[in-house]
Amino acid sequence: MHDFLIMNTLGYPILSLLVFLPLAGAIPLLILKNDEAAKYWSLFITLVIALVSLPLYFKFDRTTALYQFGESHTWIPMWDINYTLGIDGISLLLILLTTLIMPLCVLCSWRYITTRVRPFFACLLIMETSMLGVFMALDFVLFYILWEAMLIPMYLLIAIWGGPRKIYASIKFFLYTLAGSVLLLVAIIALYLENGTFSIPLMMGQDYSSVFQIYVFLAFFLAFAIKVPMFPFHTWLPAAHVEAPTAGSVVLASVLLKMGTYGFLRFCLPITPEASIFFMPYILWLSIAGIIYGGFTALAQSDMKKLIAYSSVGHMGFVTLGIFVFNVHGIEGAILQMINHGVTTGALFIIVGMIYERTHSRELALAAGVGKFMPIYVTFLGFFSLSSLAFPGTNSFIGEFLVLAGAFSKSKIIAACAIPGAVLAAAYMLRMLQKVVWGGEKNPDQSYLQDLNVREIITLAPLLIFVLWIGLNPAPFLDVMHTSVANLIQQVGIAGADQQSLIEIAKLVIPQ
Amino acid sequence: MKMALFFPELFLLLSCLVIFLLTLGKMSSSTVRNITAALSVITFLICAASLKLEGDLFFKAYRIDLFSQLFKLLITGGVAVLLLFSHELKGIDEKIRTEYYLFLLLSALGLVMLVSSVELLTIFVSLELSSYALYLLVPMRDDHGGLRQQMEAGIKYILFGVVATGVMLFGMSYLFGLTGTTYLNELVPAVNQLITSPAAIVGIAMVMGGFFFKLGLFPFHFWLPDVYQGASNETTAFIASIPKLGAVALLIRVATLAAPSAEALVDLLMILAVCSMFYGNLIALVQKDIKRMLAFSGIAHAGFVILGIITLKDTGFATAIYYITGYMLMNLACFLVICNVSVKGENLAISDLTGLYKRAPLMAFTLAVGMFALAGIPPFVGFMGKFMLLAGALKAGHLPLVILAAINTAIAIYYYLSVVRISFCTDPEERPAVAVAPLAQAVSIALVLIIIIMGVMPAAVVDFATLAVRGIM
Repeated sequence: MHDFLIMNTLGYPILSLLVFLPLAGAIPLLILKNDEAAKYWSLFITLVIALVSLPLYFKFDRTTALYQFGESHTWIPMWDINYTLGIDGISLLLILLTTLIMPLCVLCSWRYITTRVRPFFACLLIMETSMLGVFMALDFVLFYILWEAMLIPMYLLIAIWGGPRKIYASIKFFLYTLAGSVLLLVAIIALYLENGTFSIPLMMGQDYSSVFQIYVFLAFFLAFAIKVPMFPFHTWLPAAHVEAPTAGSVVLASVLLKMGTYGFLRFCLPITPEASIFFMPYILWLSIAGIIYGGFTALAQSDMKKLIAYSSVGHMGFVTLGIFVFNVHGIEGAILQMINHGVTTGALFIIVGMIYERTHSRELALAAGVGKFMPIYVTFLGFFSLSSLAFPGTNSFIGEFLVLAGAFSKSKIIAACAIPGAVLAAAYMLRMLQKVVWGGEKNPDQSYLQDLNVREIITLAPLLIFVLWIGLNPAPFLDVMHTSVANLIQQVGIAGADQQSLIEIAKLVIPQ
Repeated sequence: MKMALFFPELFLLLSCLVIFLLTLGKMSSSTVRNITAALSVITFLICAASLKLEGDLFFKAYRIDLFSQLFKLLITGGVAVLLLFSHELKGIDEKIRTEYYLFLLLSALGLVMLVSSVELLTIFVSLELSSYALYLLVPMRDDHGGLRQQMEAGIKYILFGVVATGVMLFGMSYLFGLTGTTYLNELVPAVNQLITSPAAIVGIAMVMGGFFFKLGLFPFHFWLPDVYQGASNETTAFIASIPKLGAVALLIRVATLAAPSAEALVDLLMILAVCSMFYGNLIALVQKDIKRMLAFSGIAHAGFVILGIITLKDTGFATAIYYITGYMLMNLACFLVICNVSVKGENLAISDLTGLYKRAPLMAFTLAVGMFALAGIPPFVGFMGKFMLLAGALKAGHLPLVILAAINTAIAIYYYLSVVRISFCTDPEERPAVAVAPLAQAVSIALVLIIIIMGVMPAAVVDFATLAVRGIM
């Protein structure tokens, strides 16, 4: 029925199942009276979802750029709005990342959340529904509904279970993201009026006028750049990260931020290619600014969560850098880096959460010198810190290397400007690692600390496996995206070919 | 068979008569309330049964069609919901509660007749029947704190109301003078030929003014905050949601006079809509009293509804109907909470909702759904309405208006969110738990479900509304 969609042939609607299973799982939580049972139930549901999502990887057809496992039903005929789901090489890994992260979020909240336990897990599950839906939606209205609906559970996660400044942080988060996406809605409607459809794939590759593209791109950009967050729209992120409970921070870092970059890949590049080329130099420089700024600010933090939050700004700068160099290395590196950031930064937030549960502080100075008493803990910390600074052999190395290789072939100066970001990452991560593991002469008394228990080790172990797996053998992860990325570059390239003048302008801003 | 056409109104009139007889006796107010609620539910069912009727009455001054029947269903449904959840009239003196119910039903009767009126004088009489009953409801409130707030509100309401009526009558005289008829169906072709003449535009705009007053659109909004605050919670719940249905119904009828094109009128409405949205949203940001806040939010929403009217197309009108229906439901959900949380019928400050999640979990949840829906966050009905209104307006080529409206949704979220924050993220401290009657609980669950279902599956309602609108165009 649609030439962009390969209908699902698994015999059961796997994508719908993934979207609605968490929502269905949230309903018993409202009825259950027992907090412990609620925890086990949430863990069970998220694990089931993770298992259900596995066939996506194994049955995924790597030779086509079409959307797979497709489902399509009429929803609002009057506006030609359909319930269309489908995934390609760009969204597949993000979906798997989400289903991997969620059980770990449940595990890391096991002791952390002590009040209003059942609503907490219900919020987490509703989050999972909307996050998975965002990555699968191929209808713009469906996408927008899930994109916005996510704000409610995330707001509640921060506002109810957050730290001392939770009110400020949660409202700032909500206002920023909502304000960013209201114009997205206008852009969506404008695109609908041009095309007569809300189907995302049908909006791609159309011959829009340059001016129209620029307006639509700006509306997209505002929404996605706030979500990423790109410098200078990042100010909500440290506040939200610091105040959110561990699971909230993990979801925020691992999945929510990816929606911004996913938006660039899914919408900006294929729908408004000319405008993307037009704005490319500015976005590249903003990315560089984010990388450097994030690095320096992270270096100055004494609060561990804030440190990691600012490091996210830097890492996401690498992702947007990779996306907007418009070549295979850059975009594949960017997608891989999205996954890497999800794994590594998620793990780091869990690690900070673990020390917070023990010392009730996130101050670096108060966590100094725990290495002696928590050897397992600092081993994990060591691995994830190295991963975060893109040490060879870890996942981020592959991602950053690809991004830098892509940037290098675009413009040597851009690549050279991004390098200090990598150095800064080493500086702030090693500073934190040194302080936490060994500290100095005046370490606080840490002898009361218990090392990680089995539950906590199980929480971190899967992420460590992926750190090393992607780091040592990235091929299985890059495999799935080759065709889709090639198709994406072709979509941008077609527009670029007859827009030499734009490229000339771009060259003025970026020296080759 | 003509009787059957008029049966919902007749039954409502009969109900009023029954209540009137009850006012002569000494029946306990809870019995009266039960009777009224039962009568309103029966009226609702009768309206549902007579949905498909069609015909003319009273020398064609009164038209029964799908459009009018749809609105009757919505109005009586709203009244039934209101009566079901306000199980005791906390803010009204025991002695006059029976009269209160009488005037409430009379006002509903006026609205039900209004949506069927297709002749200017009939419209006027029905509107006044509904308004005068309402003018009386406002000062019936107990005197809290000796400030006579309810008197002030009542006077303001009646004075502004009379002025708005005057404006409307003046407009009607223009239309009559231009065309020599008061029948809408004869006015339509006559006015269409004159649509470029300033007199016709002024006439239509002034007639609309009377309904802008009901809807609370800028610059006819001055009464809203004070009346909301001064009237008892139940009265405000009525004023805030149900007459607005009637106003939108008649605005659509009048707007069909101007369809398919009337640039001057559209420009005027556009300016009013933008002013309304910005004025309402910006002032709502600083409100401390929740009813006052909802009043300003109502002004902003009135601006939003106009987005559907200015398209002057059937789809736009249908979306306006969908939106105002959703608005009524969201408002009723919010007021259900306000009525139940208020202990003695006093006004609630937003800070009185502190720790509501612990004191009454269901109420807190209902309030949160209502607030997020009013803010236009998916998956609730408010979002779908907003989305379709914006899409329709953009389709009609009003890009600047759509952008301004979109910006307004971002402004509005702050004050809606602060209510959710207060009720979910604070500790109740010393505040007592809130007892909620089982019936009110059931109604609140039903409202939440309808708000979600209408938001997720709007197609059926919008299609039906489109069908209804096509019948009158």
